[in-house]
This record gives sequence, structure tokens and C-alpha cells, in this order.
Amino acid sequence: MKTKVLKPEEHFIKDEPYYLPIGEEISVFESAYKQQLPVLLKGPTGCGKTRFMEHMAWRLKRPLITVSCHDDLTASDLVGRFLITSGETTWVDGPLASAVRHGAICYLDEIVEARKDTTVVIHPLADDRRVLPMEKIGELLEAPPEFCLAISYNPGYQSVMKDLKQSTRQRFVALEFDYPDPELETEIIIQETDIDAETARLLVKFAHMTRDLKGSGLDEGASTRLLVHAAKLIHDGISPIIACETAIAQSITDDHDMLVAMSELSSSLF
Amino acid sequence: MKHEPLSKEQIIEILDEYLEVEFSFVKNELPAEQIVTLPRHQQKYILNLVKRVADTNIELAYQLACNCVYALEATDTDMVEEWAMTATDIYDRKGLFPAMSVIRDLDHFISTAHERAHGSMFDEEVSVLLPFLHGLSGRKLKLQSAEHTYTDTETIYLPPVMAVFSDEKDNFLLYKATVAHHWAQIHFGTFRTDLSRLDDTDLMKFSSLETIRLDACIKRELPGLHRQMQALRDKQMTAEADTLPTDIIDALSAPGADVNTTLDVLKKVSHKDSPVSRCYQGMINIGAVIETMNRRIEREKVLFRVALSELTRELDRVSEAEDKPEAGGKPEFGLKKKNENEPLSASNSQLEYEGDLIAPPENVRQLMRSIIIDFGEVPPEYLVAAGPGEYDLSVFDSGLKPEDVWQGTYHEEGAQLYNEWNYKRQHYHKNWCVLREIEVQPLYDSFVEDTLNKHSGLLKSLRNTFEYLRGEDKLLKRQPHGDDVDIDAVVEAHADVKSGMEMTNRLFTKMHKEERNVAVIFMVDMSGSTKGWINQAERESLILLSEVIEILGDRYAIYGFSGMTRKRCELFRIKAFDDTYDEEVKARISNIQPYDYTRMGVFIRHVIRHFSEVEASTKLLITLSDGKPDDYDTYRGDYGVEDTRQALFEARRDGIHSFCITIDEEARDYLPHMYGAANYTVIDNVATLPLKVSDIYRRLTT
Repeated sequence: MKTKVLKPEEHFIKDEPYYLPIGEEISVFESAYKQQLPVLLKGPTGCGKTRFMEHMAWRLKRPLITVSCHDDLTASDLVGRFLITSGETTWVDGPLASAVRHGAICYLDEIVEARKDTTVVIHPLADDRRVLPMEKIGELLEAPPEFCLAISYNPGYQSVMKDLKQSTRQRFVALEFDYPDPELETEIIIQETDIDAETARLLVKFAHMTRDLKGSGLDEGASTRLLVHAAKLIHDGISPIIACETAIAQSITDDHDMLVAMSELSSSLF
Repeated sequence: MKHEPLSKEQIIEILDEYLEVEFSFVKNELPAEQIVTLPRHQQKYILNLVKRVADTNIELAYQLACNCVYALEATDTDMVEEWAMTATDIYDRKGLFPAMSVIRDLDHFISTAHERAHGSMFDEEVSVLLPFLHGLSGRKLKLQSAEHTYTDTETIYLPPVMAVFSDEKDNFLLYKATVAHHWAQIHFGTFRTDLSRLDDTDLMKFSSLETIRLDACIKRELPGLHRQMQALRDKQMTAEADTLPTDIIDALSAPGADVNTTLDVLKKVSHKDSPVSRCYQGMINIGAVIETMNRRIEREKVLFRVALSELTRELDRVSEAEDKPEAGGKPEFGLKKKNENEPLSASNSQLEYEGDLIAPPENVRQLMRSIIIDFGEVPPEYLVAAGPGEYDLSVFDSGLKPEDVWQGTYHEEGAQLYNEWNYKRQHYHKNWCVLREIEVQPLYDSFVEDTLNKHSGLLKSLRNTFEYLRGEDKLLKRQPHGDDVDIDAVVEAHADVKSGMEMTNRLFTKMHKEERNVAVIFMVDMSGSTKGWINQAERESLILLSEVIEILGDRYAIYGFSGMTRKRCELFRIKAFDDTYDEEVKARISNIQPYDYTRMGVFIRHVIRHFSEVEASTKLLITLSDGKPDDYDTYRGDYGVEDTRQALFEARRDGIHSFCITIDEEARDYLPHMYGAANYTVIDNVATLPLKVSDIYRRLTT
């Protein structure tokens, strides 16, 4: 039996991922890539950061290696570790090391979720040295010009515990993402789901209503991603009010009164 | 014998006790004559009810006793209980006289029972209606219950009960429609013209015509809501029908129609074509609108122009490096539509400065939004930045400083209201306590230094102990995942495989950091009784404690509490979770002073709210106190203890552990009841408090 091994470093994105630019982010990213500068994407959840990375990987024709960071992520999860095969130890590259080796784009998603000591390993990669020291095998990996490091974080959490250290953030070219303007957001939803323009417009309006409630009962408003989810359900025949409740309202809050208020808002629209 | 009804004499005796006849001089023969006719279980029920109400007010209880036999005949026990509790609630809010009228007018209470059963109550629905209203975008409006339904452009006033329809759901919808209608009045510019010249008849007619226009606006913006409003209208209009000619309706419903269209139409409408008013229409209170608008317009103009001048300074600082702007002349701003085809609105406008588009900060954006709602545009004179010293902003500072609450007219504005538990009534007093958070002024003296010197030996040993507690790195062996290979495990596994056994997957070592995830709030008694050495010991404890908690890196906050009566509960902020332990915080600790009384429940309820804002696996509330909860009014003895206990229950429900450190030697009598058997410590010697507090904290969090 042969196990199938997924090799993301050899995986190129062939079809253009749909991405509608809001500002100058594509040209800035391309320029940063050319100048070998690392990039930081800031923005609320579900506004298109990951999609943007896929799009850029396709545009630059580089493989994209995405690591979703979590609080158990250690440095060796990124760099690599020894494994035992047929009685001997063999070194296996982690995603960051293999991205460096293959000149891929390495995207560390939600970097603040990782432990603080983990984030430090990217420091030598993120300044002009562009090297990855691999202490365990005594190797200093030099990054080829094609390699690119990108990280993302959501400043909206506002928690002292989950803030990016200055020494980390001051190494990056920062791109700020936000929910697109209503017209653009409507267009995105239509593109992604084939839904009719009127429903898309109303969905966007509903999203703005929830975003207005941020701070007065909600931690976050509805993201573009949630709108796409709702639109997909509607397109599949679910009634808009139910779709808004299940795909949007229930996803952003558990507060009963808030849920009722949101369902009143969606029933006002549809 | 046991189940025999009570005799008249027995009843009088009981009533005499409940109604404190020695002081109140009420005549209990009259109620007793009635109660004696009841079977035993009903007698018991009524007497119990009288006792509960008597705790609130004797006179009220007496009237209840006189009327309750009639009440039991007219309705059932549930209704009687509701009747009594409604009366006590009204007594809390409005006083004796309105409460008495509830007791006396039982028939009215019963006849409106259906209203309360099927009607929608403002107090219950406001938690849904308010976010709904905020979701509709625009100015952040407020909701308030009032006799008439209208808006003053900042608050929408709604009736306390909505009982127009027989179905509760419809009544709620009517609330919702009313809210949306008044929001539409503000949002679609009903008040952008001077309505004060209309007389009353014209104003009513105008209001109905304007409703037709607003309905059309709502139909375009919120089609779903429009359908619901239509359904309500259909239910309401059975006999009456609109006699308005269709061309008038069409003119009002056209997309470009504004308030002037309505005024034009008003002139054309003859007397016989009077439009029908809608169930959600309410009234137009033109006086309130003008007063509120004038105040706001003046204020917002100043704030907007001052904000623009701040913006100018910032922008010029940026551009100074490139080229210096010409001196003289006030800098001008411009407003541009984003989309030329759409009408101007807050979301469809951009601010320009010297020809460049700029992104205004949030406060400017909000002001712009509010100004556009009032005028439909931003008037040109607004777009000129204020000159230096042109306005005195302090005029617009609401001036409602917490410490000034007793100066001038009394108000509850800006304070937070909390319920209080009345154990005798077995019911909460709603929004009973008025709480304000006040910052302690820092006092820079030598107290902190003296304390640190005085306790330097103790501090050193405390530091050592706490250092030891700090999260240590631990090397965990034989882990399924980890940073490194556990050679011992590998060798063993290798041997296992050789001998034909199954190999374990626990082959790694892992560095594990014991992370402390503790959030703690210290509540310090600042009541008058702590004056002197207790206060001194409290402050010293806080200094030592802060020093050692800093080592641990736990999140902590310190609040002091004191107050007098339910109308003035003051929580003194010494250190919030987000403050760092710096000179200012130290100086605030040094300025902790004894003030008035200890009304504890309200502070615990407030602190629960603070806890809900932090994320921590362990939440701990430690109270430093010198005695029982006690306040100037009725908050004494069992009442205070029971309310505090109830508040601690609420805390526990939210996952907060409470602990009390006290120096009251009698505390063993009541603290176990409040905090539970293991959750308190009594300290006999005040001088040892600083040592004990740190020690207890160490024990609690490990």
C-alpha cells in the first residue's frame, strides 16, 4: 500500500481564485514580493485575507503553504523535526522550512494565536537576512528570491494577550483589509454564489446593520464570508430569513435578545 | 384540630404582629372579619401575602388584607399574587399613592389582565427593540417608555404596554413598526422643515400624509418590514378606508418625494378627504423636536468645526514636509458624493480637504452622519474649520461629573442601575441601586515607600514564594507529539519492535509551560468603619499584594466600595484590569479613604459585569471587609446579608469564585451563609492582614 503524501510545496494554483481588489493591495503586494519584503495582512475575520493570498499565489505562480496558527503551535511545527523511519531518525522539514527550500509563499494565518516564542523563529526570515536557522540539524537555510513570508492577524480582538509584538510587526509591510464597500461586496456575493442582485444587495444591507451593532451588543459584525454562506443557502432554496438566522446571526452571537433583534432586522429586509 | 380555620382573635393577633399595630395603629378587626370566613389553607395564603407586602409598606398590606377576600372570590390565587406584587413594584417606582390605587381598583386590574397577558410590555421588549433600532443605522437613538408615542429626534417614546391586538405577537410587531416609523421620520427628514406654523388639525393631517410617504420609503428600504406593517394595517382597518385620491398617494409615494411634497399635498387635501391614521403613527410633538434639534444642531456645529480644525492641524503636519500651505484664511473642506446618482447620505459622502479625499476619523464621521440626517446635507458654513479659541468647548461638556451628582438637581443620568434582592418579598427590586464608578485621585506621598520599607523582610520572602509559583517550564516525557525525540522511549520502542511487540507512539519530549490564566478583582471596603488602622492595613495589604501579583503576571483589578442609600452607591476605581501597576496606581492606593456605608450586593453585581469583559479560566473575587453589609436605610441585618448572598449566587452562576477576608470577629455567624463554609477567612489581628492577604491569595490560586 502506498500512502498518498500531500506536498503543498509542489502544489500550484491553476485556476484564478476570484478576488475583487478594494484598493492598491495587489500592486503593493507584488512590489513587496519583488523587493523581498514580508507582508502583514490585518483585518477582521472573513474579509478576504486568505482568498487574497490564494489569488496572489496564483498571480505570482508560486506554491502557497498556509499554516493556521494555534496556541499549541511550536517552533518545530514550523521548522521541522526528527522522525523515525526504518530504525533510523530522519529529518522532516516543517512547512516554513519547506517553503523556504522551494521558494514558495508561506502564509501564517492568525499569527497571534501562536505562542509568543514561536513567532520569534520567523524574525531572521523577516528582515534583510532572509535566513532560517535550523539548529537541530545545524543548517542555515537561505531563502531564494522567490520565497515570500506573509502573516495575518485580526486587530479587532483587542486583547492584551493577543497582540503582535512590536519586534515582530515592525518587520512587515502592512496591508489593511476591511469589508468592501456595499457595491463591491454585492458584486462579490453575486460572483461567488450566482444569486440575484437584489437579494445580494439586501444581504449586504443586513451585514451593515449587524456591523452597526458592533460595540452595542455584538463583538463583530457579519463578515463577507458569512454573507457568502447565507447567499449559498438562499441560492439553494432556503428562505432568506432562515438563511440569515442560521448562516449569519447564530454564527456571530449566542445572546438571545440579540438573536431576536437580528431576526427582526432580517425579516424587515426580506 | 390542626386544620381548623383560625379564629378571628388568632387572625387579629397575627395581623397585629405583621402590621406592627403598636406603631401603625391600624384596626385589624375589619380584615380579620373577612379572612375568618376563608378555609384554613386560604387564610394561610393570605396572611403570608400580607406579611410579604407588609415588609414593603404597612398601609399597602393593610389595604390588601381588607380587599383580598373579595379578590379571591373574583379571581384565582395566581392573579391575586400578581396583583400584590404589581402593587409593590409600583410602590417602588412611583410611591404609595399609585400603589394604593392598584390595590383598591381590583376590578380594573382584572379587566386589564388580558391586556397584560396578551399585550407586549416595553420593559420586556426593549432589549430586542433597542438593537433592532440601532441596526437600522443612523444616529444612535434611545428608547424610553412614556404616555404618548412620539420622538424628539434623539429618543423614541413608546407606551409601556402595547395591547391593541389580541395576539401578543401582533402587539410586539406593532412596537417594532412604531419604532421603525419614528426612525423613518428622523431618517427620511420629516423634521427638515419648520412644522411649527401648522395648527393642530393640520398637524394631524400632515402626520397621516407623511406616514404615507414614509411607508413608501420603508417599502423601498425595508420591504419585509413594510409587508409586516401592511398586515398590521389590514388588521386595524376594518371599517375605515382611505378616501384619498390615488394621485395624491402616488405623489407621496414617489421616490423623490420629501417633506415639502407632503406639505404641498396638505394644501390640496380637502376636508372630506381626511387621511386615516395608522396604528403605529403616534403623534408629532413639535415642541420637543424643536427643542432637541436646536440644542443638538448648535452643539454639533461647534463639535464638527472644532473636529475639522483638529483634522487640519494633523493633515498640515503631514504635508508640511512636502510643501508649506499658504498662511492666512481658514482652511476649507468640501463634501463629495461617492455615487453621483444616489442621494446624499452618510455612506454616500466623502470629505475633501484642499482638493484631496481624506478619511475622517470615527467621531467626525458620526457627526457628519447626524448632521446629514438633520439637514439632508452638510451646510457650507459647517465645512470651515474653527479658528483658534473661537469656541469654548467646555460649554458642551455635559458637565455630569459623577462627583457632582448631589449638586443641583438630582438625576440618575450616567449611572448604572442594578436590581436588589428583597428576601422578605422573595422578589427583586428592579433597577433599585444607582451605581457610579469614580476614579480615586492619586495622592503622591511617602506611603508606598514607607510600606515597602516597613515590610521589606516580609516582601522578600513573599517574592521568593511567588517566584516559585510562577509558571515553570516542565519537560514532559513520552508524549505523542513534541519538540524533541525522547531517546529513552525510542530505545525502548525499538526493543519492543524487535521482540515483536507493538510500538508505542509516545516517543517525544515536550516543553510544557504551566500557564496561569487568572483574573482577580479585589474589592476593598471603604466604609466609614474602616477609619484608622484598618484602612492603613488595607492599603498596606494592597501594596504588598500588587507587588507579588506582578511577579505572577495575573490580571488583577482593585476597586473600593462605599455609599449611602441605594441612590448613591460609589465604586472607586483604583486599578482596572488594563491599568499597569505604576506610580499613579500606587498613589491611588495611598489615597484610599474611609467614606460612608457598605451596601455590598450592588457592587458584586457590577463587578460581575467587569468579569464578563475578561477571558480567564479562573475568575476570583476577593473582598476585604470589616463587617456585615450595612447601609443607612433598610440595608441592615438579614436584608443586607440575603441580598449579598443572592449577588454572590449570581456571581457563582457566571463562574466567579468569591472569597471574603474579614476582620470582623463575629463574621463566623453570617459569612458561611453568604460565601459558603470554606470561602472566607477571619483575621483576628489587623496587623497581620498584609501578610495574610498575600498568603491567602497564594493558597487560592494554586
